[in-house]
Amino acid sequence: MLGTQKEQELYRRMVQRHAPRPKYLRNAVLAFLGGGAVSLVGQAVMTGIVSLGMTPKDAAIPTAAVMVFIGALLTGWGIYDEFGRYAGMGAALPITGFANSIVSPSLEFKREGYVLGMSAKMFSVAGPVIVYGLVTAFFASLVRVLLVGP
Amino acid sequence: MRGKRKGRQTWTFSCVEVLAGAAIAGPKEGRGPLGDRFDIVKDDELMGMRSWEQAEMCLMEEAVRLAVLKAGLRPEQVDFMLAGDLLNQIICCNFTARNLSLPFLGLFAACATFAEALALGSLIIEGGFGGAVLTASCSHNKTAERQYRYPVEQNVQRAPTAHWTVTASGAVLLGLTGGRVRVTHATIGEVVDLGVKNPNDMGSAMAPAAAKTISAHFADTGRSPRDYDLVVTGDLGEFGTALVRELLFEEGIDIMDRLADCGLMIFDEKQDAHAGGSGAGCSASVFAGHLLRELEAGRLNRILLVGTGALFSPTSYQQGESIPCVAHACAVERLEGGKS
Amino acid sequence: MDFLLAFIIGGLICVAAQITLDATPLTPAHVMVLFVSLGAIASALGLYQPLVELAGAGATIPLPSFGHALVQGMLEEFKLSGWLGLISGGLKATSLALTVAIIMGFLTALVFNPRD
Repeated sequence: MLGTQKEQELYRRMVQRHAPRPKYLRNAVLAFLGGGAVSLVGQAVMTGIVSLGMTPKDAAIPTAAVMVFIGALLTGWGIYDEFGRYAGMGAALPITGFANSIVSPSLEFKREGYVLGMSAKMFSVAGPVIVYGLVTAFFASLVRVLLVGP
Repeated sequence: MRGKRKGRQTWTFSCVEVLAGAAIAGPKEGRGPLGDRFDIVKDDELMGMRSWEQAEMCLMEEAVRLAVLKAGLRPEQVDFMLAGDLLNQIICCNFTARNLSLPFLGLFAACATFAEALALGSLIIEGGFGGAVLTASCSHNKTAERQYRYPVEQNVQRAPTAHWTVTASGAVLLGLTGGRVRVTHATIGEVVDLGVKNPNDMGSAMAPAAAKTISAHFADTGRSPRDYDLVVTGDLGEFGTALVRELLFEEGIDIMDRLADCGLMIFDEKQDAHAGGSGAGCSASVFAGHLLRELEAGRLNRILLVGTGALFSPTSYQQGESIPCVAHACAVERLEGGKS
Repeated sequence: MDFLLAFIIGGLICVAAQITLDATPLTPAHVMVLFVSLGAIASALGLYQPLVELAGAGATIPLPSFGHALVQGMLEEFKLSGWLGLISGGLKATSLALTVAIIMGFLTALVFNPRD
């Protein structure tokens, strides 16, 4: 039985009446603490790299690379997903979460082979991030160059 | 001729007995409230295997072999095996049936698979087409996660309405004589879809199917909730259970305190399973491990097991389809006096 | 002070993402994609660089900075080598982090197995 429009609407209202509310406040606080903590570590890494004689601007990308390294390692050790269960987007949004999104499927699908499993699945989340990042960045830059110059 | 059918969609059985049941569970389930009811609790989700899929096959095969052993039979004395799981092409059951060399029918009805197997197995016994029929289903949290959701190590926060697929299997051997519990009715459910699309909220997708099958069962048999000690759904979770209660109430059925849910029985609140357990192995292991024992011990006299399944795939929900659901109900009761 | 600002701004960006996740039917992957795109747009509007100067790693560690790095790479390369630079500059600027991510993904998968 496929419910009619009216039945579906009535049921949707009943579901809404019973639906458990997401814990907005708890999740937001945990995301704040998690994301803040990762940024703090990032700041420490950046300070370290700057003390080696780089400008803060040039240090941003090497810092990101170090954080990717840390995120990958924590994923391999099975720690990052536990962190993410609590911190939510506080774990997913930092660049360590980007590393996690690359490492976790490649770990998971290794058993389906190194080419079609591990490597092919590596970009299941990171792929879209790179695609939309590049496409948006290209058009945003293009519009800026055309309208106001670089 | 109506014969053994009652009403529109209910079969009645007069000679189907449950000879034995076996349930095997993973570590998280073993730590839950029913931990001591399972025959074997694994302390490692990989179970010494090379992949999660192999671990799930291991769960299935051990439960099936144990159920046969408990009934005092050898695998070759089993006439048919009816089983299903959640994986693509139900590989766990296919491989188990291969290893046991049994005539095999593979079933899929998501979390309702066990109830479907029980109903069809009873049909074979009642029809005289077999004297010993194995019915089983299993699920594994990690295989379900990687097929339906995310890689194990990916950091994701689960929605409060999301279910936790249990790592467990349950097998029941049906036969003609020698049991202490019998299957008396099976109500085959209609596929119901009220437009719920969220794969993280299967409780609300499945509730209408469950309510429809339960009320059909009562209408077909002339029974009411009073006739059962327990109406056990598997698996709606907390949210879905509340919806079923209200849907039944709208149909004029007061289910009272008789409604329980396998997914809520297998985990407690501290276990971070959110809406509760789910998966083809959930109702199978709760029935074979817990409910069957309660019936055999006389602590329950008659129950209605209502398996509820969300019949969707990652492809269908990614293409924006809603989630069709089905529920099958089996009435199981204690044999007075117990024969064995 | 740098550290406090990094913590607060980094945390707040993640809170914005968390609220987006909880209040909409989007999946975490959708939110990540959305925030990278928002970062790119903010960068082209000249809004993200001041945030980076204020918060340091608090702005460069969350993913919107990937969009920012892409846009800044494109714009700078455009200044040096014109229209072709606009195309090549994005990946050029981010190649270090991307290559590390891919190599680490490969190596970690070789060494580790998923566990509970």
